[in-house]
Amino acid sequence: MAKAIGLSVALFALWLTLSGFFKPFLLMLGVLSCLLTLYLAFRMKLLDDEAVPIQLRPALLLYWGWLGGEIFKSAMAVSRIIVAREMALHQQLIAVPAAQKTDMGHVIFANSITLTPGTVTIETRPGLFLVHALTESAADADGFAEMGRRVAEIEAR
Amino acid sequence: MDITLDLIRDIASGISFAVGLAFLLIGALGMIRLPDVWARVHAAGIIDTIGAELIVFGMILQAGLTQASLKLLLIGLFLFVTSPTATHAVANAAFTAGLRPLNLRKNQSADVLGRETKS
Repeated sequence: MAKAIGLSVALFALWLTLSGFFKPFLLMLGVLSCLLTLYLAFRMKLLDDEAVPIQLRPALLLYWGWLGGEIFKSAMAVSRIIVAREMALHQQLIAVPAAQKTDMGHVIFANSITLTPGTVTIETRPGLFLVHALTESAADADGFAEMGRRVAEIEAR
Repeated sequence: MDITLDLIRDIASGISFAVGLAFLLIGALGMIRLPDVWARVHAAGIIDTIGAELIVFGMILQAGLTQASLKLLLIGLFLFVTSPTATHAVANAAFTAGLRPLNLRKNQSADVLGRETKS
């Protein structure tokens, strides 16, 4: 039930953002289309943790802010390598432990690793990621542990 | 008062555009300079995360509190979620196709996959 309400609120907010009309007739059409989408999602059994991730803590927004800072730092590091006369590449494929409990936590962690320039998640196994790192400093195990801990904090209430 | 606020907004969005543009150019340079697909994926990562997001952020500052800036925020959010997914798809396809990085320093892929892979 909470999932259904969450999805309807999100859908209607999206509809309002994209339309920008507040005439009663159009608003009614918007509500109807949201209800139709909700019915279809219910029939397709999409009202789960994956499609409506309201089980995530609101601190996700703070995590995104922290992640933005990390992205900026590592983008600077990779940019410095690209513009250097001799590009100091130390490419490596490393195993990174992923201690998150839920699938959504794993997805957030893997996507965060890929978002950070210098590291890309290639392959996953339960509890372990294969990560390609461009340099020695990008493959810092403590950095991954720190990010994984932060994701584990926001993955479930 | 309005004039100074506008000025601050213009300066902030100008800085955002300039830094974003610098990252886009460096990313494009990296696409050319870096030696193989694995390294180039990281240059593409610079472009589609920080470059694109800073440009979108500058546009949000310019648009102010309007519907347009909400739409731009949505664009930024979708980029934030979809671009790592696309990057992962490319990297995973390259790995599955048997491409391996040049001058590999450390290879723990056998630990993750549980079998010997060609290096």
